[in-house]
Amino acid sequence: MPRFNTVAEFEDYRAALLAARDPARPCIAVCAGAACDGLDSAAVAQAFEAEIARHNLAGQLDLRVTGCHGFCEKGPNVIAGPEDICYFEVTPADVPEIIRATLAGEVYAAKIYRDPQTGEKAARMSEVPYYKHQMRLLIGDNPRLDPLKIDDALAIGGYAALVKALTTMTPDQVLAEVKQANLRGRGGGGFPAGAKWETTKNAPEKTKYVIANGHEGESAAFMDRAMLTGNPHKVIEGLIIGAYAIGAHQGFIYTRHDVPRLVEHVKTALAQAREYGLLGQNILGTGFDFEIELHFDVGIFVSGESSALMRSIEGNAPEPRPKYIRTSVSGIWDKPSNLNNVETWANVPQIIARGAEWFASIGSDKSKGTKLVSLSGHIVNSGIVEVPMGTTLRTLIFAIGGGVRDGKALKAVHFGGAMGGSLPVDRIDARLDFDEMSALGAPIGAGGLLVMNEDTDMVDIARYLMDFLVKESCGKCVPCREGMFQMLKILTNIAEGRGRKFDLERLAELTEVTSLGSLCALGKTSAAPVKSMLQYFHAEYAARIEAGSQTP
Amino acid sequence: MCEQAVNAIIENYRGKPEALIHALTEIQHELNWLPREVLAEVAAALGVPLAQAIQIASFYKVFSLTPKGRHELHVCTGMTCHLRGGDKLLAKVEAVTGLKPGETDAAGRFTLERGSCLGSCSIGPELIVDGKHHGRMTPEQVEAVLDQYS
Repeated sequence: MPRFNTVAEFEDYRAALLAARDPARPCIAVCAGAACDGLDSAAVAQAFEAEIARHNLAGQLDLRVTGCHGFCEKGPNVIAGPEDICYFEVTPADVPEIIRATLAGEVYAAKIYRDPQTGEKAARMSEVPYYKHQMRLLIGDNPRLDPLKIDDALAIGGYAALVKALTTMTPDQVLAEVKQANLRGRGGGGFPAGAKWETTKNAPEKTKYVIANGHEGESAAFMDRAMLTGNPHKVIEGLIIGAYAIGAHQGFIYTRHDVPRLVEHVKTALAQAREYGLLGQNILGTGFDFEIELHFDVGIFVSGESSALMRSIEGNAPEPRPKYIRTSVSGIWDKPSNLNNVETWANVPQIIARGAEWFASIGSDKSKGTKLVSLSGHIVNSGIVEVPMGTTLRTLIFAIGGGVRDGKALKAVHFGGAMGGSLPVDRIDARLDFDEMSALGAPIGAGGLLVMNEDTDMVDIARYLMDFLVKESCGKCVPCREGMFQMLKILTNIAEGRGRKFDLERLAELTEVTSLGSLCALGKTSAAPVKSMLQYFHAEYAARIEAGSQTP
Repeated sequence: MCEQAVNAIIENYRGKPEALIHALTEIQHELNWLPREVLAEVAAALGVPLAQAIQIASFYKVFSLTPKGRHELHVCTGMTCHLRGGDKLLAKVEAVTGLKPGETDAAGRFTLERGSCLGSCSIGPELIVDGKHHGRMTPEQVEAVLDQYS
């Protein structure tokens, strides 16, 4: 593989790559995302490979095994280019027909989308209801590249924003662009990324670090894994650009150890970027040095919290620190460390490539750009969705998600995993917006949206979430460790028919104490689900205590 | 074989106290558990107190201080799987294997763990065996899946 010593060499290589590729050539993209993989998409990919070999079609048709396409419910997914015909629930038996139809410029009607109500069919991605209400700026590239091949990323413009930043912009200009775009952190806080970058940039220490948090411990959130597994180069590019703006020469990607494909893809992408001279000393001859080290979480939820994560990178137990010490000033080994979520970093290249003004034209007043959301629970179409900020929950759940499964009615929508909140059905016209959702008591968190049907027992949900957090608390501070334990006791009593008068008042008090007294976000927001329950489902809780009955 | 691999891992990180978690993770993958003698060797080679190595090894859930079975069973207990009947699936796996989460059978065949959340929510509830996802599981299917692993 070549190592590029100048930008010109690199761009020549890209031009040669593009010249050798025919965009009109048919291409089959087989999804190997987490859900499709579990539905044995590997057998489908093998069948394509065998069929192409048998009929000697390699010259007429490309085959690509890719990251998550998004419509996980209907996996294994196959998309046939150049017209982006979407095939769902594909089995190896469908393969010869899909190949035949693709080469003939036709559609194999048996496996395209069919509306469960009207029976209406849709073949092209732009016509399938699940996709047509989306704006897939980040995840949309997934079907277009093999994550193990850096050349695929280069062919669709990968690292072009990096070249632009390094050659035509000063670090201050890059920072200004990100600030002007009003990019807000996608990991849960919604804190402006530019302001965070600036703090680290201006911190007095010379050595600085940047970190991509791909821990994704939030239950029912799976979009960061899909992003990082399906398009690792986009995240790496964002991280390099951020490092350039901040003045860091060392970065870290922190992610899960338990997804073998994710580990393989990130390792390979880093190695390829290094070989091409996109990481290391004197990147593309511009004089900028930057290296990325890969770290794995080893199985505990709190290590996704930023200060705990940094302890973990140092090789210590992931105990959070009090928040008055800001990690952006004093993080890893007490050096200024700027941490953003995987999705936040993935947004950076397009902001640099297309400009802050373009980015800020998408979304709501104060929440810009698109947001990746994972839809799951009692929903017809579960999967990964990307929509402009400001999209209503109704659009997400009904127009895209297809409504509640098994013909049941919608009861509640839960956002943000164990530290999020549940909203009742009458709030589904709320918009996906950091501030609007926080004000309602269901902060977006990382973006895991869980749909609950009419049969859902809200007492059980709060008990379940609290049980999860009690097990995940690191135990360093008392309000979190003991406060959650007491809340769990009360919730268990209510769920098992031993609820007592004043339990709800006691719960409300405990939510205040843990929120105010805990060291880190885990403890501080642990009571969020309970708060939302007391706000919106008080009657159900009161009735349960009154009846003294068991969880059905 | 194993011993060689472990020695190679230890040598790779000798004198690097900050690499403690890396070293332990790799050894855990190699041996499936962390024997006390190995922890002592790692601590000495990297230059960290044994107490710190034990703190890390006992704190993070991925590390095991007792031998694990040949096959690791994870039943996802994340939110979606919970809503879709993960409890019933876990109960069935417990009944079939005779294990509670965290336990290994005497023959060393299976170790049962809870997982949360494993990120394939669209195909929950799921049983994961050695990293292979078995999605949309019903309790009735458990025995047939487990029979595939000896």
